[in-house]
Amino acid sequence: MSRSSLGFQRAALALLLVAACVLPFVISNYRVFQFTLVLVYAIALLGLNMLTGYNGQISLGHGAFYAIGAYAAAILMDRFGVPYWATLPVAGALCLVAGFLFGLPALRFEGLYLSLATFALGVALPQILKYKGIEHWTGGAQGIVINKPDPPPWLPVSQDQWLYFVTLAVTLLMFWLGWNLLRGRIGRAMVAIRDQPIAAQAMGVNTSMVKAMTFGVSAMYTGVAGALGAIAIQFVAPDSFTIFLSIGLVVGIVVGGLASISGALWGALFIQFIPNVADQISKAAPWAIYGLFLIVFMYVMPTGVAGFIRIAVARWRRGRSQAHPSKETPQ
Amino acid sequence: MNTDLLIHQVFSGLASGSIYASVALALVMIYQATHLVNFAQGELAMFSTYIAWSLLQTGMPYWAAFFATVAVAFALGVLIERIIVRPVENAPILSVVIVFIGLLVITNSLAGWIFSYTIKPFPSPFPEQPLFGNRYVSSHELGSTAITLVELALLFVFFRFTPLGLAMRAAAQNPMSSRLVGIRVGWMLALGWGLAGALGAIAGIMVAPTVFLEPNMMSGILLYAFAAALLGGIDSPGGAVLGGFIVGVLENLVGSLLGTELKLTVALVLIVGVLVVRPSGLFGKVHVTRV
Repeated sequence: MSRSSLGFQRAALALLLVAACVLPFVISNYRVFQFTLVLVYAIALLGLNMLTGYNGQISLGHGAFYAIGAYAAAILMDRFGVPYWATLPVAGALCLVAGFLFGLPALRFEGLYLSLATFALGVALPQILKYKGIEHWTGGAQGIVINKPDPPPWLPVSQDQWLYFVTLAVTLLMFWLGWNLLRGRIGRAMVAIRDQPIAAQAMGVNTSMVKAMTFGVSAMYTGVAGALGAIAIQFVAPDSFTIFLSIGLVVGIVVGGLASISGALWGALFIQFIPNVADQISKAAPWAIYGLFLIVFMYVMPTGVAGFIRIAVARWRRGRSQAHPSKETPQ
Repeated sequence: MNTDLLIHQVFSGLASGSIYASVALALVMIYQATHLVNFAQGELAMFSTYIAWSLLQTGMPYWAAFFATVAVAFALGVLIERIIVRPVENAPILSVVIVFIGLLVITNSLAGWIFSYTIKPFPSPFPEQPLFGNRYVSSHELGSTAITLVELALLFVFFRFTPLGLAMRAAAQNPMSSRLVGIRVGWMLALGWGLAGALGAIAGIMVAPTVFLEPNMMSGILLYAFAAALLGGIDSPGGAVLGGFIVGVLENLVGSLLGTELKLTVALVLIVGVLVVRPSGLFGKVHVTRV
């Protein structure tokens, strides 16, 4: 990457950050709540993208890890009085372990079978959450209602704004960590396993360890997102975590862009706001549109919005460098 | 649990097992032809059942509506293969899975859009009273199992004894050579999709009286069918049928012993268990990949 494009990226990032900080003061509380959810989905999508986009393991059941994170936060807050911020690391650690354990047998499955197993997980989980034996923890089909956290008394912001900033901070941390992970040695190993598993093994990559760890880390991201989502929505119930949540996450990474960090943000904006627009047509319309986008993107834009932007920027650059001839050779 | 209840549970397990067997067979048929698993199989069956329901609403006699629906489902399967699956046939597995998921979502929401999400009763062609004065099995359970068995026998005869069936098997096993001897492989695949669609439609119509008609009625059944297909071996039609019956009985017994909330978990455990312990299933071929 050339120096100018790095500078360009940094400037865009700084601009985005300033916009994200100003945003909650210029829009209504309900909109702030919606943007909080965008950030929550972005974390979950980054997690799923690590697994599916970078590592090539298809998960159709990541909603299950989202649910585990959400329930962990809700149970800790409701039954044990743990403060909301302390539930995030617990939810993350729990999902890391759960994901790692599910990833271990999953190592032996190739693409199609893994998608089957995770699909089964996604379909079965809501029913498991209703199980009578754990009802005193999960509240059964009724679910758990939790309180929205208050901002610190010295800060003149509303509850929604406070939660937005907490989520923004967590999102920044998770994206920074994810960015470091993905562009480093482990990230390259993940991509190598996706593209050439045998060659990667021959190069000394511990394939099974990296795959299981990726599953764990991916579940951890999704679990943290689930915990934040539960705190924002103030309610968890089995029926919020059906297979359609998992499918929604897949829609997010496909539309945003597979194997792209910024794609997580585009995907999150898509799955948060498209239903709002489409709801006005029919209750079923958002999902019809999701499905249509899934298929159309696979045919015409498999790299998603992020890939489209990348190509557009590259073309624009090339056009400029042709106008001002330099050493760069057009392809 | 007393013996009477146990026998009753086993029989209703066999009855639902016959449904799982049909859907599993539909999955296996598509898997054999294309080495893909159709995640939308259940939703397509659900949609076909809605077609049957609308035909019945117009006053059409039951069996006329039944066969008309099966024909429509067949055509629908062929169309979907030609239009949607064809372009991604050789794409990476991720793209294909995503296209299938897209299909699942579209079918589900279209059904909700057109027919609304309210639960509808669906008639059974069989009498209310149990047949032959038995105490264990309702006539619908008996009837739907019989229909499934007839359908399986017909399929067996078709694949084993007709030239078209032979051509379809050849196309699935060795597309290249089949093409060289003049079999139109693309159309054989489309026919496979059509047959799978028809099988799904029969399963949907047979299960609708028990689970009631609604857009999500097949999601659990699809999962049991996955478990059945994997248990029997995903490339073995006979195995899938047997797997269907095993899963049906197992699911019913676990449901009555441990509580209905754990029924779907049976499928999950079976799927993961089979994949871990014996990925080729009971009767499937063991695949060895050449490095």
